[in-house]
Amino acid sequence: MAIGAFSHGPSGITTDAPAQRSSRIAWLLLLPGILYLVLFFIVPLFSLVMTSFQEMVPGGFIGEYQNAFRWENYTEVLGMYGEHTLRSFLYAATATVIALIIGYPLAYFIGVKLRRYPLLQSLALVLVIAPFFISFLLRTLAWKQILADEGFVIATMKTLQLLPDDAHITGTAISVIFGLAYNFIPFMTLPLYTTLERLDLRLIEAGSDLYANPFTTFIKVTVPLTMPGIISGTLLTFIPAAGDYVNASANFLGSTSTAMIGNVIESNFLVLQNFPHAASLSLILMSVILVLVSAYVKKSGTEDLL
Amino acid sequence: MVAEVSGRGFAQSGADLELVNVSKRYPGFTAVDDLSLTIPAGSFFALLGPSGCGKTTTLRLIAGLEEPSAGTILVGGKDITATKAYQRPVNTVFQSYALFPHMTILENVAFGLKRRKIADPIKLATEALELVELGHLAQRKPQQLSGGQQQRVALARAVVNRPALLLLDEPLGALDLKLRRQMQLELKAIQSEVGLTFLHVTHDQEEAMTMADTVAVMNKGKIEQMGAPAELYELPFTRFVATFLGQSNLFDGVVTGQNDGTLTVAVGSENLLVPSSRSQISAGAITVGVRPEKLEIHREAPKAAAGRQIVGPGTVSDTSFAGVSTQYVVQVPVLGDITVFEQNDGDIVGVGEQVWLSWSVDHAFGIPVEETFDENDLSTRALAATVK
Ligand SMILES: Nc1ncnc2c1ncn2[C@@H]1O[C@H](COP(=O)(O)OP(=O)(O)O)[C@@H](O)[C@H]1O
Ligand SMILES: [Mg+2]
Repeated sequence: MAIGAFSHGPSGITTDAPAQRSSRIAWLLLLPGILYLVLFFIVPLFSLVMTSFQEMVPGGFIGEYQNAFRWENYTEVLGMYGEHTLRSFLYAATATVIALIIGYPLAYFIGVKLRRYPLLQSLALVLVIAPFFISFLLRTLAWKQILADEGFVIATMKTLQLLPDDAHITGTAISVIFGLAYNFIPFMTLPLYTTLERLDLRLIEAGSDLYANPFTTFIKVTVPLTMPGIISGTLLTFIPAAGDYVNASANFLGSTSTAMIGNVIESNFLVLQNFPHAASLSLILMSVILVLVSAYVKKSGTEDLL
Repeated sequence: MVAEVSGRGFAQSGADLELVNVSKRYPGFTAVDDLSLTIPAGSFFALLGPSGCGKTTTLRLIAGLEEPSAGTILVGGKDITATKAYQRPVNTVFQSYALFPHMTILENVAFGLKRRKIADPIKLATEALELVELGHLAQRKPQQLSGGQQQRVALARAVVNRPALLLLDEPLGALDLKLRRQMQLELKAIQSEVGLTFLHVTHDQEEAMTMADTVAVMNKGKIEQMGAPAELYELPFTRFVATFLGQSNLFDGVVTGQNDGTLTVAVGSENLLVPSSRSQISAGAITVGVRPEKLEIHREAPKAAAGRQIVGPGTVSDTSFAGVSTQYVVQVPVLGDITVFEQNDGDIVGVGEQVWLSWSVDHAFGIPVEETFDENDLSTRALAATVK
């Protein structure tokens, strides 16, 4: 009791001066971050918005634009590339689901089953990250070779009559989605691992003590408790996958019929030199992702976790 | 109450629990060592022992959260050794509460009911919460509750299922004394009302003795003695029971003679008497014990009387006043320090005074000689001692 009465003492006698000083120190510490954000995020974003409204210089060369307020850029790209936009989100969503289905058991195994063997756990984590030691361009190219028409995968599947004789994998939606899922599995697995690694197994035991079979316990206890990991993992996969232009490009696993919004932006910037179209597409991509993500986070009820 | 819950999938009454030669071995460590016990249906059974003696492990074996290395577990006569935890008619109040942090208190309590598809889980859960006086906190999350409140939620979450056998792992450990007493009464009331079988694990001997019909004293994975609380207290079979359950004055000696159902034990140059019916030992080395409150303290040498043991004179080396009683430590030559609890009659003997001690021979008991058992192992009393 006496201790309780005194516990307010120290904070009660704190004067305002130190509090002010500590808040000033906090601002000072934040300064580099704020400068960085302004320089490398706000300024480019502003320039992107400006570009997206530019119009062609009358009588100018290709790639010459001047500032204007040409909102038709947006309607034009939506008309021309609506299909690509839709495809991007469809591919990204499918790849995210596949990465989750593969990543969750993997993360569960490493974070829960290997918990008693710290050495094996670290080794398994290194293996998850190991692909990053090789450039992802090279890895994606390697998959192109493996899945190529003359590669052994196709040949074997054809021999086993699993594929018709005239089938391709590269250049189809299948290979693009496969490539996206493959490339982003570590981004899915690592956040899942961090929540699963902290999962209190006594709660799983409590579930089974309260008549929940392993499946029900998983759905009612494990999944809700690892929701933060599921959300960050799916976001870290979905967002970059939706804007990805490597896997879907014809040079890698895709073809013109699988072009995603990233490929369109790339060709507008680098080939067609239609900067306003590229910029407005980028902004559309960004806003759709923002809307989708906030709706998703809100639905999952974990705003406070982000 | 029993009639009311009929037909809802609840246990109609408690079931008896039987452990047959159950062992649990971890690499290089035996946590539960060839344990056999029977708990009759509807009884309140306390498993008492110092921390680390294997109480939690025993409960986990019964709940199905751990597989025994050997032995059989039967509930209501049925062998459940091979069944999974979720199939057992058993619920646990965990020592760590293990409340689901993503659910409200009410959802936590309704969890087991919902899994068994029992009608109107919310109503039953609300009733259970009211039973532990937490009805007003039903919509809170566990982390918004104090330790004691969480413990009561854990209790409600288990009791609401009306299991045939309820396992309680130190369920009142985090409560303050007043609430603890209140919850002890509640628990007893729930248990007798519904007739469930309670297996209550604790390291608090007072709690075990006040609540349980039967107490088993456990030490190093084995049960040392089992019986009604008063039986255990009045006639301990081992040094461990004599010291863990209350306090005892113990004297190591040798049996030198026996007549008329009484053993004579030589402790150095002193002779102590023990009824042979109250002794586990009839010849050779023996430890004689007597509880401190059975001793009387005298300023003058009392007259010898049949059936009365008199020792002294000794010197009072410490007195501590505890309200209803006074505790004395008396240094007696040969026998050493002897602790005496005396009813407080207003006449307190001072430190340094010369006194004699006496007790009825019928209160002495004889137990096998053992290594002095490490008092530091005893969580409650060791803690108290360290604080002193
Ligand atoms: N998984 C385990 N591996 C090895 N030893 C264990 C394990 N679980 C418990 N033990 C040991 O078993 C003993 C009994 O533990 P426990 O049953 O929790 O004791 P209590 O509940 O009586 O305090 C302890 O010494 C503990 O260290
Ligand atoms: Mg324990």
